[in-house]
Amino acid sequence: MISMRFLICLAVMASVTYLLRMLPIVVLRQKIKNRFLLSFLHYIPVAVLSVMVVPAVFYASDSIVSAAAGFAVALVLSFFEKSLIQVACAACAAVFVVEIIMKYL
Amino acid sequence: MRQKNGFKKGITDGLPICIGYFSVSFAFGVFAVSNGMSVIEAVLISITNLTSAGQLAAVPIICAGGSFIELALSQLVINSRYLFMSASLSQKLSSQMSVVQRLIVSFGNTDEIFAVALSNDTQLEARYMYGLILTPFLGWTFGTLAGAVAGNILPSVIVSALGVAIYGMLTAVVLPQIKKSKSMALCAFIAIVLGCCFEYLPFLSSLPGGFAVIISAVIAAAVLAVAAPVKMQEEENACD
Repeated sequence: MISMRFLICLAVMASVTYLLRMLPIVVLRQKIKNRFLLSFLHYIPVAVLSVMVVPAVFYASDSIVSAAAGFAVALVLSFFEKSLIQVACAACAAVFVVEIIMKYL
Repeated sequence: MRQKNGFKKGITDGLPICIGYFSVSFAFGVFAVSNGMSVIEAVLISITNLTSAGQLAAVPIICAGGSFIELALSQLVINSRYLFMSASLSQKLSSQMSVVQRLIVSFGNTDEIFAVALSNDTQLEARYMYGLILTPFLGWTFGTLAGAVAGNILPSVIVSALGVAIYGMLTAVVLPQIKKSKSMALCAFIAIVLGCCFEYLPFLSSLPGGFAVIISAVIAAAVLAVAAPVKMQEEENACD
């Protein structure tokens, strides 16, 4: 059963996301000129994604040790610019292997 | 000259994105149900939002009973990059495109669709954009469904392992950008240090997680925007 609260959450997030995409396409006809705003928008994706990954990634699996192993693998493969799918699968595999090993230690 | 098969070409160009999205949204589906969401809730979020990072941030907020303000602000900050991408995309859209067509195309301006759309040499017609959005949208929706269903029946050790998939993907998006630029690396470092302060320091850790991400990211991006502003002629690169 879907709650009223969930539907409001859905409406809130969908409308904020849509407005951000829609307003410039429909309203804005000129390029942004403000240097601070341009720079801020230049940095914000990396800032957001970084802080979303660390420290949350360490709590993404059943143990901090296996999550750390998965993250380490992801960092190495990302550094060598492997594809998103390769990095994700390898990170999962590392977590899986470490958790299996931990079970039998 | 108007392309005859604009829609078909869009579908074809969207196929690689579709395949990538299927796997990313599969991980999102697993993540959502492991946080306590139902399959239908996870799929509804994917259908109405079509965005990875924002959805990932929203799940813990919704499941932990966070406020609507926290939810709205998290989406505002995390997805603010779309303002810039849409501003850039608007310059490439055909001038014949009606307002209604623009309203529809806006919905599908994701990071990857934006990147492929901008790689075209010609002005973008509505029919092409519809095709380019449709295939990734289907991949995103059905990947979420598959992941959410699988998340309920897979053994816990597999679900635990899949939990890091989405973080692995985000790492793969961010690290190459950090590698290329010292100021990007500094920006990420500041954001992470602040994020850890919010996570581990007494008093600060009482703040809901969504706000911690927003505040950390805004401070880090603002500091770098002042310390290392972009060169104005590099507007095109800034949206990568």
